Amino acid sequence: MEPNRRTLVVDDSRVIRTIVSRALTELGFQPEEAGNGREALERLKQGLLPVVVMIDWNMPELNGLEMVQAVRANPDWEDVRLVMITSENELDRVQTALMAGADEYIMKPFTKEMIQEKLNLLGVPIPAAAAPAA
Amino acid sequence: MIAPVATLEREEFHFIRDFVYKTAAIVIDEDKHYLVEYRLGPLIEREGIRSFRHLVSELRQPTSGPLRSRVVDAMTTNETSFFRDARPFDHLRRAVLPQLIERRRSEKCLTFFFGGCSSGQEPYSIAMILRQFFPELDTWNLRLTGADISSEMIRRAREGVYTQFEINRGLPARLLVQFFEKAGIHWRLSESIRSMVQFEERNLTHPLGLTGNVDIFFLRNVLIYFDQEERRRLLQQVRDGLRSDGFLMLGAAETTVFCNDLFVPVPMEFSNLFHLKGTPNPINLNPCQA
Repeated sequence: MEPNRRTLVVDDSRVIRTIVSRALTELGFQPEEAGNGREALERLKQGLLPVVVMIDWNMPELNGLEMVQAVRANPDWEDVRLVMITSENELDRVQTALMAGADEYIMKPFTKEMIQEKLNLLGVPIPAAAAPAA
Repeated sequence: MIAPVATLEREEFHFIRDFVYKTAAIVIDEDKHYLVEYRLGPLIEREGIRSFRHLVSELRQPTSGPLRSRVVDAMTTNETSFFRDARPFDHLRRAVLPQLIERRRSEKCLTFFFGGCSSGQEPYSIAMILRQFFPELDTWNLRLTGADISSEMIRRAREGVYTQFEINRGLPARLLVQFFEKAGIHWRLSESIRSMVQFEERNLTHPLGLTGNVDIFFLRNVLIYFDQEERRRLLQQVRDGLRSDGFLMLGAAETTVFCNDLFVPVPMEFSNLFHLKGTPNPINLNPCQA
């Protein structure tokens, strides 16, 4: 069966969304983007079922932590992996995110390899790694 | 006028290449001229040495011990990360360690050796697995030894302080919360994990003095830097150091094909594990457990 390649990148910075999306595209995923937590939740309610959502912490309207709590409150989305990708780099923030239901945590600045390694830890198949060599 | 420091002449390249091979058995290919410039350029600037020609003439002096160590340090590849490649660690946790623990239950002792451990992330990854998933081992005698030729890497490994960049590389967030604390802009591993691993400055091409008591010998992404003769010599040492039912773990791109008489691969995909050929008491791993 074809693995789910859909991903969602949630960040109020268009530049960061572009960088994260580019990394995910290079890893073989099909990223979509949302500018804040509320917009992202709307996409999920409309039926987008991504394999992983990359979520910034500080965003207007609905921040990353509130979004994680909202996703985890809905059993329909329990298989969706949630990765915080944020400039918040204190230990208590990491702990808070995990307790809220985030699966992984990346501190900015980041690289494509870091994203790949975190997805490996979560057991998310990397489509580009499975593709036959050219 | 000051001559540009980063100009490396062919003769100097050959001297440095031969010096690194004789000292650490690390092979630098003929086309790796740029690598020597890239790695040693910053070092000669830092040391206040005027050129590669002066570096070579200092290395020729019998009194140049500390400088020699720093050159070898700089030419050693120290690429590493916590839980590198992820899957081999999963196999260890789910399949290998439970069976190994079962077999050692009466003696309550496990010995792991990490060759080319760099700044310590690999032995510490195993230490965290042992602490988190196998609490029964708290009363066992656990001997984890990391060895590296680089004195700087051994110093860093003992210190157990990592940059945010290093923390972001492959370390599960829940282990960060459980075993690290913030130290300024860096992160310090807890004493409870650091105290589980001993680090030694060792040249793997010299006799290791292991006496057949190692349960798992980690030698990941080390063989690729040695020539075939040196690889075989090192794997013979590993064979002598392992218990008869022990394991060798190599890096993802490494094999023992040139040592088929010594090791056979464990039939478990992505485990990178090998055991001794002809061992009378192998631990048979069930792939379903992985």
